[in-house]
Amino acid sequence: MPFHFVSILIFAVTGIGFVLATLTIMKFLRPNYPTEMKSAIYECGEKPFGDARFNFNPRFYLVALVFVIFEVEIAFMFPVALVFRKWVLGGNGVLAFWEIFVFAIILIVGLAYVWVMGDLDWIKTLAKEPPRSAKQE
Amino acid sequence: MQHALDTFISNQFHVDAATWAWTQVIYAIAIGLAAFALVNFGAILAGIFSWAERRIAARMQSRIGPNRVGPGGFLQWFADAVKLMLKEDLIPTQSDSILYRMAPYFVMVGFSCTFVVLPFSHAIAATTMDLGLFYIIAITALIVVGVLLSGWASNSKWSLFGAMRAAAQIVSYEIPGGMALMVPLLISGTLSMQEMIRMQGGIQPEAGGNFLTAGGWPWNWNIFHDPAAFVCFFIYFTAALAEGNRAPFDLAEAESEIVAGYNTEYSGFRFSVFFLVEWGNVWVMSAIACTAFLGGWQVPGISLAALDNATGLSSIGLELLSLSFFVVKTLSLCFVVIWLRWTLPRIRVDSMMSLCWKYLVPAAFASIIFETVWVLAFARSPSFQLFFGVIMSIAAGAVPLWLFAKRTFDNIRDTGDRVDLTNW
Repeated sequence: MPFHFVSILIFAVTGIGFVLATLTIMKFLRPNYPTEMKSAIYECGEKPFGDARFNFNPRFYLVALVFVIFEVEIAFMFPVALVFRKWVLGGNGVLAFWEIFVFAIILIVGLAYVWVMGDLDWIKTLAKEPPRSAKQE
Repeated sequence: MQHALDTFISNQFHVDAATWAWTQVIYAIAIGLAAFALVNFGAILAGIFSWAERRIAARMQSRIGPNRVGPGGFLQWFADAVKLMLKEDLIPTQSDSILYRMAPYFVMVGFSCTFVVLPFSHAIAATTMDLGLFYIIAITALIVVGVLLSGWASNSKWSLFGAMRAAAQIVSYEIPGGMALMVPLLISGTLSMQEMIRMQGGIQPEAGGNFLTAGGWPWNWNIFHDPAAFVCFFIYFTAALAEGNRAPFDLAEAESEIVAGYNTEYSGFRFSVFFLVEWGNVWVMSAIACTAFLGGWQVPGISLAALDNATGLSSIGLELLSLSFFVVKTLSLCFVVIWLRWTLPRIRVDSMMSLCWKYLVPAAFASIIFETVWVLAFARSPSFQLFFGVIMSIAAGAVPLWLFAKRTFDNIRDTGDRVDLTNW
């Protein structure tokens, strides 16, 4: 449906235009006196040191990986869910149910695996901490 | 909208819309006008929300809130907007200036494009796209790109922390949010937002229904369709709160830890775009919840045929009625969103992640499987569905009322006080 695609394009252009037009018009009205201190990175009043783009904790990438798997799953399940009612009313409901069920079970097993391996914990513990004895407390 | 435009063309220009050369131009102009109106609607609404939120927050904390500019401080949002637009637009010298300038556009496009399919009433919606719900899930992901871009380009430690947190949070909560929306999809069997609302019309008069079965009665809403849908409404609502970076999930902007999060370095209008979108998203998420679960614009007692076939003055009246039903439901949800922000403390980052992956995702999986069984069992018996809907909606109305009344009377009894309504 080109009508819908063009609609999205026009809405996107309007969104961009909204920001761009306001910024451009206000360019003539707002002050613009950048100084070295003003243009510095904010670091709570201290002079900024180093680059902000240092090594990051890998857990963010882990979350992103798990996200990709489950997002793809959602993308695959939407079409089946879309026709499910039609299939039920047409008499093929049991087949569609088993399709969704098996697909969901595979993903639940995947979720369980990630969970058991401890990748869902924000602070991953590789080795179990030794239990504290009562005397120390 | 395409259909309405075709009718307009054949009435005004007496030509066939399918073959006329200027049809596409008329389409483009009409969509352009709709886009302009809706983007400005979103921006103004976001401004009004900023005022409403401050007033409601003040009321909840026994303060007064902004009350100087205009009646009841209502024009405060306008004054804030003017101030932000006239502020100096600072771009840090160490930042990646192109990406830094681009980030607000991504965020704004992710917001404005949702209005392509968001319904407002029986006839008012920019388009009736078949892919509506899926498209909204997809297009709102652009906001993550903008947020991540803003944090990365700023080259500030606070911004990068905030952006990484925001990205991890938003993508995580997209999973339960998307899966929870699959339940109304299973119930209604359509992705189009308008069709989804039409499916919540109950038993129509043509199918042997009457005044109490047709239209937007609570027992026809998807939320009271079955227990799984009821659970999924709350899963979606929680996930949407987290996706919109709303408290109690506003870790990306946790001012006590990381200054202002991803928009620390932004000032002036570029900064206000991020906040405009955050407040505008409150409306978007409420409208999606209203569409998918709360019966949308359906008017109690009015059948779809009555809405479709109305002409002249009565059609305008019915249209306004359906618009007001949709707006009232959506604004009530918006109020709940604001209410939650000033009630719940900010959640810790590890509890936020475990809430998503260890509670909401398994619950959403269970709901989907339950829902498939439910549809398999009861899709052919609308009368049982109606019966169950009545029971669930009455229970859902009665239980909170009873708990509220019990708590109130217990409190009054314990303190030996009387109900004081003079402080309103």
